[in-house]
Amino acid sequence: MKFWHFSEQSMHPAWDKIEGPTKVVVDNRFCDPEVAHKLYKRYLDEWVIADKLGFNIFVNEHHASANCMSASCLLTLAILARETKNARLLCLGVPIANRMDPYRVAEELAMIDVISGGRLEIGLVKASPFELAMSNQNPVGIMERYWEGHDFVVKALTHKGPPFSWEGKYYNYRNVNIWPRPIQQPMPPMWITASGPSTGRKVAELGYTMATFFNGAGTKPLFDAYKETYLQTHGTPAPIDKFAYLAIAVCGHNEKEVKERVDKMLPYLKVQPRTPKGWINPPGYESVELNASALKMGKTGRMNFGLPENPTLQDMADGGILFAGTPDQLYEQITKFSDQVGGIGHLLMLAQAGYLEHEETVDSMTLFSEQVAPRLREYAAKKNTELQAA
Amino acid sequence: MFTTQLAEMRNVAGLKFELSIKGKGEPLLFLHAGHGVDADDPLVARLASTNTVYVVSHPGFGRSDLPGNFSTVDDLAYAYLDLIEDLDLRGLTLVGVSFGAWIAAEIATKGTGRIKRIVLIDAVGVKLSDRDSRDFLDVYGTTVEEIPGIFFQDEAKGRSVLAHLDFRNLSEDAVTRFVRNRESFLRFGWSPMLYNPKLADRLYRVKQPVLVLWGGEDKVASVEYGRRYAACFSDAQFEVIDGVGHYGYLEKPNAFADSIDAFLAA
Repeated sequence: MKFWHFSEQSMHPAWDKIEGPTKVVVDNRFCDPEVAHKLYKRYLDEWVIADKLGFNIFVNEHHASANCMSASCLLTLAILARETKNARLLCLGVPIANRMDPYRVAEELAMIDVISGGRLEIGLVKASPFELAMSNQNPVGIMERYWEGHDFVVKALTHKGPPFSWEGKYYNYRNVNIWPRPIQQPMPPMWITASGPSTGRKVAELGYTMATFFNGAGTKPLFDAYKETYLQTHGTPAPIDKFAYLAIAVCGHNEKEVKERVDKMLPYLKVQPRTPKGWINPPGYESVELNASALKMGKTGRMNFGLPENPTLQDMADGGILFAGTPDQLYEQITKFSDQVGGIGHLLMLAQAGYLEHEETVDSMTLFSEQVAPRLREYAAKKNTELQAA
Repeated sequence: MFTTQLAEMRNVAGLKFELSIKGKGEPLLFLHAGHGVDADDPLVARLASTNTVYVVSHPGFGRSDLPGNFSTVDDLAYAYLDLIEDLDLRGLTLVGVSFGAWIAAEIATKGTGRIKRIVLIDAVGVKLSDRDSRDFLDVYGTTVEEIPGIFFQDEAKGRSVLAHLDFRNLSEDAVTRFVRNRESFLRFGWSPMLYNPKLADRLYRVKQPVLVLWGGEDKVASVEYGRRYAACFSDAQFEVIDGVGHYGYLEKPNAFADSIDAFLAA
């Protein structure tokens, strides 16, 4: 199992000052640039420490948000490409359907791969529906635009030779010529996020690593769909390192400490859904069929962690939302969930969330790296042998 | 409203259109608003008492086809030019509401001698403000529940026109129609939001008499915007219907129909 340190670089000091949505329409006077300066330093420091502790690095991006100040995951990665030594550097992801310019994305990706000496891992994601308000890209046709952007980036990064042209439905370039090309050949490893089986099958066909976020009970059918299609397409069972799962993860020396840390992190789950209602699901982002059935059933929102009211720690661990405990408890929770979904090869760890302080974050990471990670590596190796034999 | 299918499916100029033809008299093409058209539209019913009204769901709306390469109102305007020729409509009156009025203006600028008169109701489609302002409320970042309050002067009236948004008790076809219309309205109107940057400079080409009708309490596009829009045409009259919103034609259909009748009789 590989472990990826992740934080959303939140502007959490503003959360309790903001009434209503914390994103899209939130007044930017709630973001004090001096506070943001200190927070960026802190978050980047934590990734540098993660590198030293043997974690890999995972960064994301969002826009107009007190939940996540990373306006460009590639900017964050560009800094870390130089500041870290060993960690793999994963952007998950570049919201390619939201970007005007996949050519520029390809150039930046290649540059990061070269600066980091070939440590880049590329995640291309669709785009959060509410962020179409900022990118101004049309929600209708978003998947078609996603795939054209994806195909373009892949071609741009793998192309060797004289410039090529691209005249697609969404993007038009007369002279594509990526300088430098990536170090990793033919190209850096690719990741895609998925939550439902139909996307899972598509990712499996491509053979990319598939990540799923806080997916709980939806994870097993997703992983099963991937496995079935991977076997059909590639002729061998999917190895465990094709499966990545994101949850909040925090470790403590004793249960009292664990509870203190969890209490500081949980506000994350309450803030996350604070999206302006009109932007949660603009027409066209989902299919007509899905939207019609949601309307008929009286559903309006998309964001749901699928937890019961007032969940216990056990509920949250079983639901794949938050793994929290002493080293032994964490090992139990993570292996139980991994067994339940059919094997996790990459644990994407939201290790700083909410109000968890720097010292606590680093202590939790250190404890995890020393006392949990080695055992989970052994577990995953065994699990992979099982998957390959199945 | 917006949920009952039009009677016919007909192949016109290579596209499958959902349409119905009502009444008797001079031909009149009704171009519906962004949320679509309903078989029981009250303004259409009134107009059909003195005209032959062609009610058509735009490509992508209702059950009408949506060709894969359609992405702009320009595409819709050309589809309608084909339809007008294919149905051999002459001496035609265009009546467009909101998004449909934008299509009507586009059709008229592309020029056809078959069009005799044009009626635009609470129209969108041209950019009249400066780059730091916009002419329309952002109708896209809104929930279904907000539609009555935004598009109607009287929210309660809007809710009742929209069957109280009781989608659970509507048929699957009706809900699908509503959702598909909403998606197509966004597809064509998303950005630039509800206008074609070229259109204002092309309106001088429209030589026919134009009647511009506006809801006095329109929250999507102001009366002042309507007045300036009307001034872009060489021969336009502007009238305000008091006490109604952007979808005022559903709030006081008879008041709109009376004005249109008077314009057509002149």
